[in-house]
Amino acid sequence: MTEALLLNISLVILLLPLLGFTTLILLGKKIPGSHWIETFFMFLALCLSVYVGFGKLAFFTGVSLVKEATWIQLWNIPVLGNLQIDLGIKIDNLTAIMLFVVTLISFLVHIFSLEYMKGDSRFSRYYAYLGIFTFSMLGIVLTHNILMMYIAWELVGISSYLLIGFWFEKKSASDASKKAFLVNRVGDTGMFIGIMILFTNYHTFTFDTIYAQIAQGHLPFNSPAWLTAAGIMIFMGAVGKSAQFPLHVWLPDAMEGPTPVSALIHAATMVAAGVYLIARVFVMLTADAMLTIAIVGMVTSFIAATIALTQNDIKKVLAYSTVSQLGYMVMAMGVGAYQYAFFHLVTHAFFKACLFLGSGSVIYAMHHEQDLRKMGGLRKKMPITYAAFLISTLAISGVPFTSGFLSKDGILAGTYAFASLTGHWMIPAVAFLVALMTAFYMFRLVILTFHGTPRDQERHDHAHESPFVMAMPLVVLSVLSVFFWYGLNPANPSTGWFLDKWVKTPTSIVPQGQRFDFMKSEVKETASAEKTAAGSTEAVVHSEHYMHAMHQAHYPAMGLSIILGGLGILLAFSMYQWKKIDPDKLAEKLGPIYRFSLNKWYIDELYGATFIGGALALSRLLAWFDKYVVDGLVNGAASLTRGVSKLGGLFDTYVVDGLVNFTAYLSGFIGIFFRKFQTGKVQTYVVFVIFSVIILLFIFRPFGF
Amino acid sequence: MVQVGLTHFLVISAILFSLGIFGIVTRKNAVMVLMGLELILNSANINFVAFSRYGNFGLNGQVVALFVIVLAAAEAAIALAIVLNIYKTFATVNVDEIDKLKE
Repeated sequence: MTEALLLNISLVILLLPLLGFTTLILLGKKIPGSHWIETFFMFLALCLSVYVGFGKLAFFTGVSLVKEATWIQLWNIPVLGNLQIDLGIKIDNLTAIMLFVVTLISFLVHIFSLEYMKGDSRFSRYYAYLGIFTFSMLGIVLTHNILMMYIAWELVGISSYLLIGFWFEKKSASDASKKAFLVNRVGDTGMFIGIMILFTNYHTFTFDTIYAQIAQGHLPFNSPAWLTAAGIMIFMGAVGKSAQFPLHVWLPDAMEGPTPVSALIHAATMVAAGVYLIARVFVMLTADAMLTIAIVGMVTSFIAATIALTQNDIKKVLAYSTVSQLGYMVMAMGVGAYQYAFFHLVTHAFFKACLFLGSGSVIYAMHHEQDLRKMGGLRKKMPITYAAFLISTLAISGVPFTSGFLSKDGILAGTYAFASLTGHWMIPAVAFLVALMTAFYMFRLVILTFHGTPRDQERHDHAHESPFVMAMPLVVLSVLSVFFWYGLNPANPSTGWFLDKWVKTPTSIVPQGQRFDFMKSEVKETASAEKTAAGSTEAVVHSEHYMHAMHQAHYPAMGLSIILGGLGILLAFSMYQWKKIDPDKLAEKLGPIYRFSLNKWYIDELYGATFIGGALALSRLLAWFDKYVVDGLVNGAASLTRGVSKLGGLFDTYVVDGLVNFTAYLSGFIGIFFRKFQTGKVQTYVVFVIFSVIILLFIFRPFGF
Repeated sequence: MVQVGLTHFLVISAILFSLGIFGIVTRKNAVMVLMGLELILNSANINFVAFSRYGNFGLNGQVVALFVIVLAAAEAAIALAIVLNIYKTFATVNVDEIDKLKE
């Protein structure tokens, strides 16, 4: 097993889904059962990813594998100087893990869709879209430069657009796809600006080269403010893709797409790309940028959690829960809990994919009914789905012995430690509150769906357990939501292999004074810069007192999170299972707050009134301008021309024609005059001749008289 | 006794010429026009002969006069033939009516 082999295999992994896409999009309708080709390719990619992941994590734990090739080489561009753009692959531990996560979930979704999407008129096209999505996602994961990442980023955007609008006959679906695309553009514009800030200064897109230069003290435009700006601008891309406030509005609407797609794209992989992006640029984030990120994440997780409390659509609850959890991850990145953010990304990918596929299974069994109020009592009918769903719910609620417990606890401890070092106590407070709400709304979802008595008897009678191809992915994913895949100690993940060996916080390269001091160890101050330059970002980097704070925060945070999670679950049970508290009465009592949450904080309405209304007003203004000013100018020019030509016509008719006619008339007149002399009678001519001769004689007098 | 000199001949010739012109211009009959033409030719002959007699030209004038008489005979023959043709074409020899050249 050599580096080159692993790199070549990862290239194959990258291109397999693309091959599947091209095959299906070109020949999909001609080959019967063509979706099996794509599924097979995904299976192959999954096997290869396991191989690459194993090889990388077992034999090359401490080094990054990089392979690059020059794509564009131009010398002496004006202003820019030499321009060299490299394309390349970089496999570090993050990449290896993400490769596995993406291909596994993608493969499971392929399997799940075999049954879920059966009979759809565009079945093969659906698989083609899944292929292009997986390709683009792997592109984001594998690339070693931010340009390729941006390209893959946009490819992910377009595949997301295609898949959300897959049932484009539905107006709501096509609207949702447009909304997702447009909202993502807002974030991507920011990301592009960020990339350009970096490129203008460093003339390269390659992450490691940029970081090496920053580490040497070469800041963008020689100003730390620009470094902050670059970080925040690139983070804008993550805000769009990872559905952070204020650009989170597209994700709940994206639930109009097929449910397996929601599981793959809008829960597990694509939305996690934003967090992955922050992880990639983590080393260059300044303190200000990190604080911004933390606050955006905090606000997002809080808003989304409050909205999720009251939603009645099974997929909407999961969508807002996803937004909330993404907010968690982003917040964790912001507070410097890099490891736990990434850890949560992975665990969340599994249990949220499981939840979405489980909801897909429920929706399938209920004949495409998504309203929670019409479900209930499905536990007996769908035992496998129920079990998988319950395990994932436990995981997301942070119940011990699940993966979610480990990662979430880490994030909570991270915020707690961050607050104890910097004094931003707001962040852990909100984080714990969100943990409580998460447990509550997830159990509300479970109880309303599976427990109690059926509220729609007819649908309930027809419900049945899903077939094997749908149940199998659920089982696989729920098994992955248990703690022992990530470490043997169910209480402290930091001793497990996942965090201890594989995922390490990279050294911050931001100059002192611009970063949080705890982001860099005091001892390795001098050595770290060179290490980063050499491409090794795996060193342990937190300062002693951060480690201390983290350690101190660990057990209080854990205890508090267990208590709050338990409280949330208890509350959910007492409201929906035991009916001790009547939720309707509570809603009535909390009237305005309830409606505020039910209507999603009126954010869509706010955007409708401001941005959309503003855009419409602006376009009306422009239309008016167009109609009256531009058209007026054009019409004015036209009528001016017409006037001028009319004048010219008049001149032509009366002056030029007049002259011409006058000439003709004159010659005619002269002709008529002289015609009288032309009698045709020789005698008259003779008379003329004689008189003329006489006259000539008188004039010239040749004989002297 | 008045000595007959060049002037007298020239006057006779001028009178004859004028009569010829008058004939050409006023006569309606084509034959009469031709006769006026003969008068003009003859007035020219008189001039030739007179200048031949009084001028220092030798006999050149006499000879030219003889030529003119011959030419006049030929001309009269041709002209009368034309007149006959005109008569055949227009059934008249009135020169006032024969003004087709105008058209």
